[in-house]
Amino acid sequence: MAEPILALDDLCKAYGALKVTSHVSLDVRPGEIHAVIGPNGAGKTTLIGQISGSLAPDSGRISFDGRDVTSLPMHARAHAGLLRSFQITEILPAFTARENVALALQAREGHSFRFWRNVSRDADLNARADACLAELGLEARAEVPAGTLSHGEKRALELAIAMACEPKLLLLDEPMAGTGREETDRLVEVLRALKGRYAMLLVEHDMSAVFALADRISVLVYGEIVATGTPEEIRDNPRVREAYLGEEAVA
Amino acid sequence: MSTQSASTRLSRELIGALVVFALFAGLPVLADAMGDTFVVFFTIRIMVFAIAAVSLSLILGYGAMVSFGHAAYLGLGAYSVAILAEHGIWDVTVSLPVTLAVCGLFALVTGAISLKTRGVYFIMITLAFGQMAYYTATSLSAYGGDDGLTMWGRTEILGSTALGDRTVFYYVVLGCLLTCYLLARMIVASRFGRVLQGAKQSEMRLRAIGIDPYAYRLVAYVIAGMMAGLAGALLANAAEFVSPAYMSWHRSGELIVMVVLGGLGSLLGAIVGAASFLVLEEVLSHFTEHWRLIFGPFLVLVVLFGRGGLISLLPGGRKNG
Repeated sequence: MAEPILALDDLCKAYGALKVTSHVSLDVRPGEIHAVIGPNGAGKTTLIGQISGSLAPDSGRISFDGRDVTSLPMHARAHAGLLRSFQITEILPAFTARENVALALQAREGHSFRFWRNVSRDADLNARADACLAELGLEARAEVPAGTLSHGEKRALELAIAMACEPKLLLLDEPMAGTGREETDRLVEVLRALKGRYAMLLVEHDMSAVFALADRISVLVYGEIVATGTPEEIRDNPRVREAYLGEEAVA
Repeated sequence: MSTQSASTRLSRELIGALVVFALFAGLPVLADAMGDTFVVFFTIRIMVFAIAAVSLSLILGYGAMVSFGHAAYLGLGAYSVAILAEHGIWDVTVSLPVTLAVCGLFALVTGAISLKTRGVYFIMITLAFGQMAYYTATSLSAYGGDDGLTMWGRTEILGSTALGDRTVFYYVVLGCLLTCYLLARMIVASRFGRVLQGAKQSEMRLRAIGIDPYAYRLVAYVIAGMMAGLAGALLANAAEFVSPAYMSWHRSGELIVMVVLGGLGSLLGAIVGAASFLVLEEVLSHFTEHWRLIFGPFLVLVVLFGRGGLISLLPGGRKNG
C-alpha cells in the first residue's frame, strides 16, 4: 500500500467540556478520495480547520507528504501543497475570476515583492489563469467580478483557485453546499475528472455525491470516527445506519 | 460594484489624472496673469497634502489599514529637514535621504507592532504612536518645543538656492506629487499591489493559497510612511517653519477625511479629496470660524450619496471597484 499523503494521528480538540474532535485518526492515500460524512455538529468543519491550519489541535499529530505539519501555519501548509476550499465561499469579490486564480498562481511562484510590472498585463500569468478557469467551465466568466458570479460559479471558482495552487491534497469543505441539483451534478463530474490527479479529503453533506465519488468514507459523530470503509461497507454498517444514515434514506 | 472592463476604467482614470495635473501645471501661469500670489502658495499647500493623502490612500484604500497616526510622518519629515537646517545642513542630498530613512525606520518599527492588530485596535495603536511622536516634538526644547522651529531658508539643491523661487518650488512640489502618484499607481497595479488588495478582501483566502499578508502590509506601510515623510519635508520648506501641530491627531484625522472624501480606493480621489478639503476649509472659514459646522454635514452627505467619494461624481473619475 502506498504511503498516505495525509495522516491524522489521535487528533483531539475541545472547547471547554465540549469535545469537537475526539481521538481522530484517518489517512488519505495518493490519488484517493476519502470522504468524511457526519450529521450537523459532528465537528467536520473543526476538523477541516485543524488539517488546514486555521485551528490548532489540543493534541495529536498531522503529517502531510511525509513531514509533521502540526505546528505549521496555514500559509506554510498551503505552500507544501495542502490546499483547502471553503464551505462559505471565500473568494475575493472585487477581483475578477481571472484575478482570483492569477493571485493563486502568483502565490506558487515565490514571493510577490514585485513592484514594477503591471500584473494585469502579464500575458503568461493570465493565460495560465484562463486555462485553470477553462477546466471548470468558467472561461467565459474570466472578466466578471467574482462577487457577481452565481453561487454555483463561485463554488467552481473556489475549486479553480485551489487547483491553481498545484495541490498534492485538496481539502474540500462541502463543495456542493447550497448548489442546486444540476450544479451538484456538474461539480460531481468535475471532481470525478480530477480523481486520481489529486488526493482529496471531501467533507460533504450530499450523500449521492459522496457515494458517487469516494473510495473510502469515514463517519464522524460527535467528534469521533465511528467507522471507516468503502462505500459498500459504510452503507451496510449498522452503527452508521443507526447514528447517521437511518433517517436520510441513502440512494 | 463596477462591471466596466479594466481598460475603460484605466482610460477614465487617465483622463481624470491628465485634467488634474494639467490644472496644477497651468495654475501659476494663470495666477501670475491675475497678479495673485496667494493662490500659488495655497496650491503648494494643497499639493503637499495631496502627497500625504495619496500615501495614506495606498494603505487605507488598498490595504484597509486605517492609520490614525499618519500625520506623524508629516511631522517627522518636517522636523528632519528643519533640525538638519538648524545644524547648518541644507542640502537635499543629505536631508532627503535622512528624511526618508527616519520616516521609513519609524514606520518599520511602529508598523511591525501595529500590524499585529486589526480593526479598532490598529486605529488605536497607530493613534498612540502618532501621539507619542507629537509629545516628543513638543518636548524638544532645543528645537522650539511647543512653539515650533523656524527655518531660515529652504532646502538647497547641490548648493543652489533655487527652491527659494516661488515658481521653481511650486513645480518641484508638483513633480514630487506626480512622482508619488505614478509610483503609487504602479505599486497598486503590480503583483505586490494585488496581494495587498487581496488581503483587504479576505485574509483567510490569502492564507489558504499560501500567502501570509503581514510582510506585504508592513512593506506598504513603510512605503506610505516614507511618502508622507517627503510631504512633511516639503511642508517644512513651504512654510519655512515646523511645529508639533503638524503631527497632532487632528491632522491625522484630516488626512483620513481627505482620502474618504475623495474616494476610497482611488489614488486620484485622494488628490481631489485633499484639494476639496483645503479649499472648503479656506472658503468656509471666511464666512465663520465655526466652519466645521458646515463641513461636517457636507462630509456626511458625500459619504451617504457619493459612495465612491467625490471622484465617483466627476465624469473623469471612477467608482470604487
